[in-house]
Parts: sequence; C-alpha cells; structure tokens
Amino acid sequence: MGTHTYVGRSTPRIDGADKVTGAARFVDDLAFGPDLLHAEVVASPHAHARILAIDAHRAEQVPGVVRVLTGKDLPFSFGLYMKDRHVFARDRVRFVGEQVAAVIARTPKAATRAARLVDVTYEELPAVLDAATALADDAERIHPDLAEYPHVPWFYPHPDTNIAHWRKLRKGDVEAAFADADVVLEDTYTVPRYAHAAIEPHAVVAQLSHAGRLTVWTASQSPYTQRHLFAEALGLSHQDIRVITPYVGGGFGGKAGVTMEIIGAALATTVRGHPVKLHWSREQEFANTYQRQGVTAHLKVGARHDGTITALRHTLHWDAGAYVEYGANVVNAAGISATGPYRIDNVHLDSLCVYTNLPPGGPYRGFGYSEFTFGLESHLDRLADELGLDPVELRRRNAIVEGDDLPYGAPMNPSGLREAIDRAAAAIDWGVVEPDPAPHVKVGKGFAAFWKAPAMPPNAGSAAFLKFNEDGSVNISVSGMELGQGYLTAMAQIAAEVLAVPPARIRVETPDTDRNGYEWQTVASHVTWSSGNAVLAAATEAREQILDAVHRAHGHEMASLYLEDEEVRSTDDPGLALPLREIVVDGVQDPRDGTFKGGPVVGSGRFMPEFATTRSDPETGQGGKPNVHYTVGAAGLVLEVDVETGKLNVRKVALAVDAGQAINPVAVEGQILGGVLQGLATVLYEDLRFDDAGRLLNPTFTDYKIPTALDIPDEVVPIIVEVAQPDGPFGARGVGEHTMIPLAPLVANAIEDAVGVRLTAMPITAERLFLTLDGQPD
Amino acid sequence: MRHDITLKVNGEVWPLDVEPTDVLLEVLRTRVGVTSPKPGCERGDCGSCTVLLDGRTVRSCLVLAVEVDGHEVVTVEGLSLDGLTALQEWLVERSAFQCGYCAPGVILSAAELLADTPHPSRHDVQEAIAGNLCRCTGYVPIIDAVLAAVQASADPIAREG
Ligand code: FES
Ligand code: FES
Repeated sequence: MGTHTYVGRSTPRIDGADKVTGAARFVDDLAFGPDLLHAEVVASPHAHARILAIDAHRAEQVPGVVRVLTGKDLPFSFGLYMKDRHVFARDRVRFVGEQVAAVIARTPKAATRAARLVDVTYEELPAVLDAATALADDAERIHPDLAEYPHVPWFYPHPDTNIAHWRKLRKGDVEAAFADADVVLEDTYTVPRYAHAAIEPHAVVAQLSHAGRLTVWTASQSPYTQRHLFAEALGLSHQDIRVITPYVGGGFGGKAGVTMEIIGAALATTVRGHPVKLHWSREQEFANTYQRQGVTAHLKVGARHDGTITALRHTLHWDAGAYVEYGANVVNAAGISATGPYRIDNVHLDSLCVYTNLPPGGPYRGFGYSEFTFGLESHLDRLADELGLDPVELRRRNAIVEGDDLPYGAPMNPSGLREAIDRAAAAIDWGVVEPDPAPHVKVGKGFAAFWKAPAMPPNAGSAAFLKFNEDGSVNISVSGMELGQGYLTAMAQIAAEVLAVPPARIRVETPDTDRNGYEWQTVASHVTWSSGNAVLAAATEAREQILDAVHRAHGHEMASLYLEDEEVRSTDDPGLALPLREIVVDGVQDPRDGTFKGGPVVGSGRFMPEFATTRSDPETGQGGKPNVHYTVGAAGLVLEVDVETGKLNVRKVALAVDAGQAINPVAVEGQILGGVLQGLATVLYEDLRFDDAGRLLNPTFTDYKIPTALDIPDEVVPIIVEVAQPDGPFGARGVGEHTMIPLAPLVANAIEDAVGVRLTAMPITAERLFLTLDGQPD
Repeated sequence: MRHDITLKVNGEVWPLDVEPTDVLLEVLRTRVGVTSPKPGCERGDCGSCTVLLDGRTVRSCLVLAVEVDGHEVVTVEGLSLDGLTALQEWLVERSAFQCGYCAPGVILSAAELLADTPHPSRHDVQEAIAGNLCRCTGYVPIIDAVLAAVQASADPIAREG
C-alpha cells in the first residue's frame, strides 16, 4: 500500500466516455441487416400442468411469421450445475411464464401477435408454491426424473422427493454444547423472493451461418459458460460457437449462467443464415430469468455468559423454484458458510434446495449470504441482549481470525474483520444515544457483520492476453465482464502497475470467445482476484520480454533493468531511458551491429486456484477446501422510526469491507454506495408477490418498486479495510456482492433499538412495522 | 396505413414513414439509428428511454412517432456533438456511472434541470433524476458529479468544442 503508482489510486473508469456519450453499445443496440428476424415466446399460464397439445395453425397464418417451434422441435436440456432445465417445456410446465413454444417472424409485432395465437392445451396438476408444502411426504413431485439428472459431484439430490440438493455440515457436538450453554436462543426468520431488476432486460441475437457457425451476441455475465452450455445442449463443437458480449446493463447475478439466451441460440439453428433476436420485456424479465430464492431459516444458538458462542444449529429451507440448475449452488454456498464470520466450535447446518412451482431461483448478488445473514445477525443481537452484552462487543469477541477453523475445517484466510467492526462502529458513534427528534420519532442504531466467499467450481480459471501497440499503448483481452463494477479499469490498473504505462493508455476489451482468453464467469466477486492474477501474469511476461530485448541489445544486466514512466531504465546506467513506444513493436536496436532484438511484445497469463477441492464427507461437509477465501466486513446504521406511521428514515449507513488491496478505491466506494441502496431496498420495500395460483402479482416497476434518487439514505460512509489476500493481485480480493449483505439485519436491529420490537420477516415495510407497533403483527 | 413525418434528431432532419402505432423510442433506435435512448420497461416507469423533445424530457416509450411530426429530438449523442459538456466530463471524472445503461436518460434529465436552474440544490438534483431508475450506483456519485460540474463550470451543458 502506498508504494504503487497506479494500483490503489482512484482512477476514472476507462469506459466512462463510452457511457456518458451513448457510445456504449448493449446487445439490443447492435445493428443487423434486413434479414434480422424477431422471436417471441409462448408462456405457460399455469404453475404446474401437463402439456397435452400445441396447435400452431392460427399463429402460422399471421403475415410475417416464419416458423413456430416447440419442445418437440428443439428437445434440448441444459443446466450449469444440474441438467434439470429445458429450452422449451416438453411434457409439463413447472412455473407461470415458462416457455412452451416460440414464434419467429419478420417483425417484433408479428411475432408478438402470433405468439398469442398459439393454442396450448394443458391438464393442470397440483401446484406446490412453497418449500414447506413441497417437503411434505405426500407432496406432488415436481421432478419425477430427479434421479436421472446429471449434476456436479458436490450435490446430493433426494430422488422421489422435492429435495434437489441437501447440503449438510457437521462440526463438533451441538447437542452437548447446547446442554452446556448458559443461554440458548431459538427462532425462525423468513426472507421472500427478490428480483435483480437490472435496468437492461435480457437480450440475445443468434445467427447460424450457412457454413454452420453459430454466433451469439448476449447480454451476459458468462460468455464462456454460455458457449459451453450451448455446445452441450445443441451438440455443436466449441470452435463452431462464438459468443460476443458487449456492455451489459447491470447483472447482479441475473445475467450469469444461461437463461433465455439458449432459446435464441436454439431458434437460430432453425433459420440458417438469419440473425434471430429475442428481447425480454420487463414483465418477462421479472417472471422468467432467475429470482433470488426465498428462505425460511430456523436458528438455535448457544453461548456462555462471557459471550462465547459455543453452538449453532442453522436449518435453511430454500424455495428454489421450478429448476435449480444454478440455484442449488446458492443453497450449497449458504450450507457451508451459514455460521457468519464467527469462530464456533459446534455447528450443525442443513441447507435444503426445495423444488417449487415458482420461477427458477438462481444467483443474486450475495449468493445466499444476504438471505441467511438476515436471521443470523438479527439473532445475534437478541443473544447479546439475553447475555447483557453489547452487540458490537459480542461480534468482536467471536470474530473469526486468520488460521481459525472454518465451518468445513480448513483454516481462515487473513482478514480485517475486527478492524472493520471497530471502524464501522466508530463511524456511527456506536454507544452514543441520539436524542429523539420528536416525541413520535424514535432513533435507533443497528450493527451487523458479514462475510462471503466466492462460490464456484474448484477449478474456475482465468486467462488473459496482452499486446503492445506501436505507440506504446496496450490492448488487453480478457473474458471477465464489465457489469458496471469497474472490472476493465481494475485490469488496466494492474497491467499499468507492472508495465509503467498509465491506465488511460490501456484498452481492455469486452469478451469475444473467438479471441479473448477463457474466463469461467463474472460472478462470485472473484474476477478482480482471479482474472486480475491472469492479467498480472500476462503483464509480467510482457515486461520480461521487453527487459530481455534490452538486455540482449544493450548488454545491461537483467536485474538492473526496470520500467518507469513508459521507459526502460537501468539502476546501473542513469543514461539509459528507452521509450517503450520505440521498442515494443519494432524491437531494440543493437548499437554494435544495427540488428534488432525482441519483436512485438505479447504477454499471456492464466490463473487457477490449485489448492481448492470440493471433495468432502457428504454427511459432515468436512475435509474439502471448497472456498478460495472469504471477504469480510461490518456495518452500522442509524435510522428514525415514525411510530405513528411506521415510516423509516435512514440517516446514516457506514459499511466497512476488507478489499485486501483496493485496486481502484473509487470503484470500491461505488460498490459500497450501490450495494447499500440495493440491500436497503430488499428490507424496506421490495419483494415478489405471488397469488395462490403461482402468478407473479408485481412484474412491473410500478408494483415492484426499486429505489429512486429520492430514496437514498441521508449519508453513506464507505470504509475500505485492507488486510492483503496473499494470493490476490497486489493483495486484492473481491467486494462486489458483499456490500448489500448486512443491510436487512442492520435495519431490523436498529428498529429493535429504536422501538423495542423485533421483526423476523422481510421486508420490513412501513405497513408491517406500523401493524406490529399497533399490536397486530401479520 | 403509413404516415409521412419529419423529425429533427440531434440537428439532422429525418423524413420517415411510420405506422400509427410506432413508438418514438423504437423509431429512434431502429429507423434513425440513435441507440442511446434505451428500452427498460416500455411503460413509462424507468426513464432509460428519456429524450429531450423540444427541450423538455419525455419518455420516448410513451410517445407515438406520429405525434411528434415536425418536432425536435435531442439525445445524449446530440449533447456532445463537438466534444463532452462539462456535465459529462464530471460524470466521467467521478466514475459516476457503473453499467451505464441509465446514463443517457439521467444525463438528459440533469441537462434539463441545469437549463432551468443553473444553481440547483442537492435536493433539486435528486428530484430531477428521480424518474430515472439506476440499479447500480446508489445515485450518490451521480448527484455529486452533477453538483461538481455546477461548481466548476459556468455553463456545464454547453458544448466545450
Ligand atoms: S422504457 Fe420508457 S420509461 Fe422505461
Ligand atoms: S449505472 Fe447501471 S443502471 Fe445506472
């Protein structure tokens, strides 16, 4: 820290000008020729039904219609971690909105009109709309074929039930520890489903050329994973698929993996030569991508008088929806980490992925941690109260530190958790009671700590290519996605630091799988760390090439050569100052004979966490190293409750996160400011509501309100803690998701502090709070 | 039945034939090729399709193309025909946007505010962009950058040229 030229300094985003001028192109902005076709899907009106017949006759008569396709024509299955999903529903539909057919037409209007005219005959089946119902012995089985679905080795499906995966973790002896504990506290917390609500809806354009190559332009976090899943599902070779991902208008996990894009890719194979566009409406965006899963969490905590938490039993029942090909890994991630960032000797975790007839659950910023943290951090405040301890002190005392056993037995990475706790507490004047501004307005303070690890396969890899241009500027190609988090700029800063070239002179391109190196996906807040390591390696290789050429042409010792201010210099020779622009393409001239050494400088780099493994005991979860590291943090919040209306005003949020090394501090602050508001919205007003037939009641921004510029807290204080991650680029680790994780319990804890009531269900709307204060909780 | 209309878009005159149901947002994007106004909800909720129509912000997803025959549309491309305005410079300098999908709409709402109110308060800025949803930024960096542009420049929406 402090010793770097570009890393650790707030740097304006290198994509800033693209974004403020309208130059940034998103998938729907790309221009195609007059042969562009448009697709629209036919969606199921039923949550659970058998498809008896599909009659496309009327739809085919609509002028401009090219083809109507169903699951009979395109009988493909797919899935990231478990192959339980279909390009089109085949025998049965499992949620309202599921695609059963599609129309391809010359214009969007013709496609939409025709899609309404496809006649589908259904026989309704009992719909299972919540996890508790789905877990009953006699519950309708949503996936009778569960036993046959291929899945990753760390999933444990229970065939002939609705349990798609059951993650167990056992450490120590919880029963004995509860028996010994001075205080035992037990309760249940519920968290509903949420929508990502990125402002750009999903969009895809796909084209199968007459030569048999499939090109797919997608609004995606995952170009390589999409290519792989398209290849698997459609039976094509990877070399014959090219996925191009221009800028993405927000992801938050919703554009990870594959959802509607595979419909576009499959449709394109039926109209060779034509590009086919599929663009989700906002309503489809709500109903048929991924949703954040709902969860019911049962918590039992035991502690000693001194505040030591000795035992935790945490049971999570996830409403995972109709398909869990991605969502089951959210369940898994929570199931090995639902202790929070605490050292607890006796732990018993059960995390159950339960099929329901609601839209598929999937990754959402926080990946299960936001969901379990609501209950856990609410519960810890109540435990502190029982013990007569200060809630911040309770967390400090139990905070996990480097080398402590993680829930699954491996050691904890270096972490600035105690510093984060102290700084967040200080920033909100923890312990100082603020006067109530009016008799009916009460002030409260809340506190919470959090952690999160990237959840990904143990061998998720990153690759990077780097080349110099004639003027000494640099191009980097990588396949992490710029989702808005500032990835491109961070990669430029990492290369800049190694090559002594300013970030503004480095272009980092968005992915094209024909050209850019591999990246598993841009998820899990891991690309700054993983792709950053690959870029660091590529830049280091390029640097070696430059220094080696100078060494061979001029004879300076390699060890004496270094890069500074876009020049090669030598500690042995103050006279040496070779501008990079003169040598990085044309080579270095040997003064002795006029020959040139070196040549165009190109670097490549790669990274894979070679220490990770998901092999562990299925009954205890012990023995593996599934997570590469945890990022930790803590936050405090001050709010006002109007007891006459239940209305809340958030005065201040201070959130501290351990970035290891912030590559670009302004981007880390941006993650904090954005994550805080997204997190607040989940607790203050958002939630997805369904009727008793499984229909989503609020699939618009009119009814699913996300915050506007008038809904922000009075003050947000971003705090960056930096305890280096030893295997991170310059010590960096990711922070993107973490910043929204603690907001829900922060609000619940502050409300309790202000007015003495404890709410155990999200969201905590003004209405719910008012009714609770009024003595009529729902 | 198609209608002949004439639109002025970012200073250029565009004769177009449109259907009565054609929406301005789609006409701008697919017929004129100006793609900065974005579809986000297509029902007036999100503001990502915002354009200036005769100098006032409108949601172009709610406007029929036939209604604006003879009128003038300015998009963010038109704001910076000869280089960035100070408003845009400050938004870049402060890394105000993340994904940038909302940016064209936000910038036009801010430009309209600054045209009417050269010295806005923080709350004025919040109100002016309250119709533009942004899921990424928490709005704070955008509001700060607009205020910084006002502080630093006599006319933050003039073309710097
Ligand atoms: S697209 Fe026009 S307001 Fe959302
Ligand atoms: S920057 Fe992503 S929506 Fe505003």
